[in-house]
Amino acid sequence: MADKPRIKLPKEAAKGEVIQIKTLVSHVMESGQRKDAQGKTIPRKIINKFACEFNGKPVFSCALEPAISANPYVQFDARVDEAGTFKFSWTDDDGTVITAEEKIALKA
Amino acid sequence: MKAINRRQAFALGGGFVMLTLMPMAADAEVTNDAAKWIEKFTGGKQPAKGKISLDLPEIAENGNTVPLSINIESPMTAESHVTDVLIIADGNPNAGVATLSFTPLSGKAEASIRIRLATTQNVVAVAKMSDGSLFTEQKTVKVTIGGCGG
Repeated sequence: MADKPRIKLPKEAAKGEVIQIKTLVSHVMESGQRKDAQGKTIPRKIINKFACEFNGKPVFSCALEPAISANPYVQFDARVDEAGTFKFSWTDDDGTVITAEEKIALKA
Repeated sequence: MKAINRRQAFALGGGFVMLTLMPMAADAEVTNDAAKWIEKFTGGKQPAKGKISLDLPEIAENGNTVPLSINIESPMTAESHVTDVLIIADGNPNAGVATLSFTPLSGKAEASIRIRLATTQNVVAVAKMSDGSLFTEQKTVKVTIGGCGG
């Protein structure tokens, strides 16, 4: 899973503007329900938590279950009151955390 | 994205044999622990109808990726905002789909995700507001793939 998460958000926003953020991360999201060719259950391996914070303050987060499709796509909104950095994190069942950062500026 | 080969697709279907054995007339019957999830989330309180608009396709050809959008009416201020939203699929092997947590910084109580649905069933959303009130909405989605054949 070396693929970088894909994040789409505007480069700048007016103060107080609500912007839309789209994120997508490559992950199999193995549900733990499927069986392999030998009939053995493939163990569950999913991203179980996604979180987004802005300048250290939580914006949006969600707990994900196996019923989330592969390559989880999450779209949400955020209100921008100041210039700063969005931090994104995806937590895997095995404990690894995929992180990403995006900066946003205020419109002059 | 890795494509599923034919053999794996059959194996996937095998998991839903129990569901296919049910009479087809029983459209969207609760087959899992959905009630338990909702009770845990609401603490036994009865949620009211309204405020939520839940957007799902009426017919999903591929149950592996069903787009879901949710939008909850709320000013999203520090005093009054949506805190958590539980999403449940009552015909999946496990009822839980996702729990979304909003803050006033979210600006809008709006989100989109893509979910897996094993069969034709109801998708239920329950939203918790900052003042403790609860709202719910549900939608039935017909799933073509996943055993029942639509």
